[in-house]
Amino acid sequence: MTPTAWFMEATYLIASILFVLALKGMSHPDTARRGMFLAEAGMFAAIVGTLVGTHIVTWTWIIAGLACGSIIGAWMAIWVPMTAMPQRTALSHAFGALAAALVGIGEFVVHGPAMPGITRGALGFEVMLGALTTTGSLIAAGKLQGVIHGKPIQFRGQNIVNFAIFAGMIAAFAAFWIHPTAHLAFYSMLGVAFVFGVMLVIPIGSADMPVVMSLLNSYAGLASAATGFVLGNNVLIIAGTLDGFSGLILSILMCKAMNRSITNVLFGGFGAVIAEASSNADGVMREISLDDAAMQLAFATRVVFVPGYGLATAQAQHAVRELAELLESRGVTVKYAIHPVAGRMPGHMNVLLAEANVPYSELCEMEQINPEFPSTDVAVIIGANDVVNPDARDNPKSLIAGMPILEVDRAKSVIVLKRGQGRGFSGLENPLFFKPRTTMLYGDAKSSLNHLTQAVQHV
Amino acid sequence: MNPAVLIASVYVFALAAFLGYQVISRVPPLLHTPLMSATNAISGISLIGSLVLAGAAHYPTFAHILGFIAVTTATINVVGGFGLTDRMLKMFNKRKLPAAKEANQ
Repeated sequence: MTPTAWFMEATYLIASILFVLALKGMSHPDTARRGMFLAEAGMFAAIVGTLVGTHIVTWTWIIAGLACGSIIGAWMAIWVPMTAMPQRTALSHAFGALAAALVGIGEFVVHGPAMPGITRGALGFEVMLGALTTTGSLIAAGKLQGVIHGKPIQFRGQNIVNFAIFAGMIAAFAAFWIHPTAHLAFYSMLGVAFVFGVMLVIPIGSADMPVVMSLLNSYAGLASAATGFVLGNNVLIIAGTLDGFSGLILSILMCKAMNRSITNVLFGGFGAVIAEASSNADGVMREISLDDAAMQLAFATRVVFVPGYGLATAQAQHAVRELAELLESRGVTVKYAIHPVAGRMPGHMNVLLAEANVPYSELCEMEQINPEFPSTDVAVIIGANDVVNPDARDNPKSLIAGMPILEVDRAKSVIVLKRGQGRGFSGLENPLFFKPRTTMLYGDAKSSLNHLTQAVQHV
Repeated sequence: MNPAVLIASVYVFALAAFLGYQVISRVPPLLHTPLMSATNAISGISLIGSLVLAGAAHYPTFAHILGFIAVTTATINVVGGFGLTDRMLKMFNKRKLPAAKEANQ
């Protein structure tokens, strides 16, 4: 090996170690930023190592690519609002997967039939995973952005069609593996994988996005790991695997938080089912006036805010923080109850509230806050629905039976901020809204909260 | 790739998977969004494969062009991913910031 090649390998080893240390830093908010600096250093070292250690003749494409990517990347890093974080993340899964797929195609163009069988196998995985993740993530991003309708798109025999497409993809892969010279097989595998990615995500409703996002994250990582197998590059295998397993762990956590299996999320088409009235919901919803709500809050001892996706759509994170601060200045103890699947991606609510300068010590996980509800005077629900539906706990016939919920119904009183009388994504009635201790405050969450703040000031 | 290299690679894969499981299980739900963004940026390491494709000797121009697109998308993930992760992590504070720093709204 030449000295430059040794140097390159050394930078790869350093990068691998730094990546692991970076993720270790993520275990606490105080160490997370320092950890990310390590990862950035590792990435920089690996890039320099590659440029030094590889025999590079054409710098034009490299410089152009680095420049374009840096400009777009920096633009995204600076300008993307926190409310658009789910779309941005879905898009970045697509970019990562596309890069992996393109490297795979490039390897095929350059080395083609000369590749040994094992490498061809890894290449097939790389290209298939990369391609299906690219289109799947683009569809997910479109749904989250609202370009594509968020409702599940379903038709009769969908699972059979999808299985046929999957079988076609595997058949093309097998044909390519057996006949390395068959360009047609390789490119059909690529094309079918692109189609399969689309078919995989369109039947899934927006509210299941936390699981889908995590799974796509996992696929994108595994595509990178497969690239590592093709190129015989360990740092790629390590970084890709870390990403892949991070996504996998998150998908499992999200599924647990909904009490559903991954297969059910992927093939169940949950959001399309409109449940027949097998719920305990009857009676009337009682509306509350702004002044009464303000009065309740102002004279409470403990208030818990329960944010859901409605908080994000109304961009009400600053408004809720202002109300919370005002209450705190009156001596009220304020906390936020965060359900693991609230929002459209794992941790969505935490990031929004942190952006509004809510200290993370006030952001409580489900297990932590549930025992506190009985001693809570007012629970304020902001655009959340299914994560507070007591049917999940009490009604074994409910569609969401067994899903762990925030037990707001045990609070002394509940105020629900809601746009209208509509149902949640699952189409379920929420008996919580009909309980005697629950009152409804209709309107856009942001303006409701602003008005509440003003009203509390005048109490 | 010969079988010996494959076996070594599978070892690396298995150990990285195990290590990843251990390390990532400890990340609190509070930081799940930054975690996803960070792992995304880290897996932008496929950039190093793209760089070779875009610029190595004796490669056809078509490969260079594929490499160029791959370098672009991977760089977007690296720069955008690390930038956004840092922007998010900066927002997580244990206590309230002094009023002067509240530039939001």
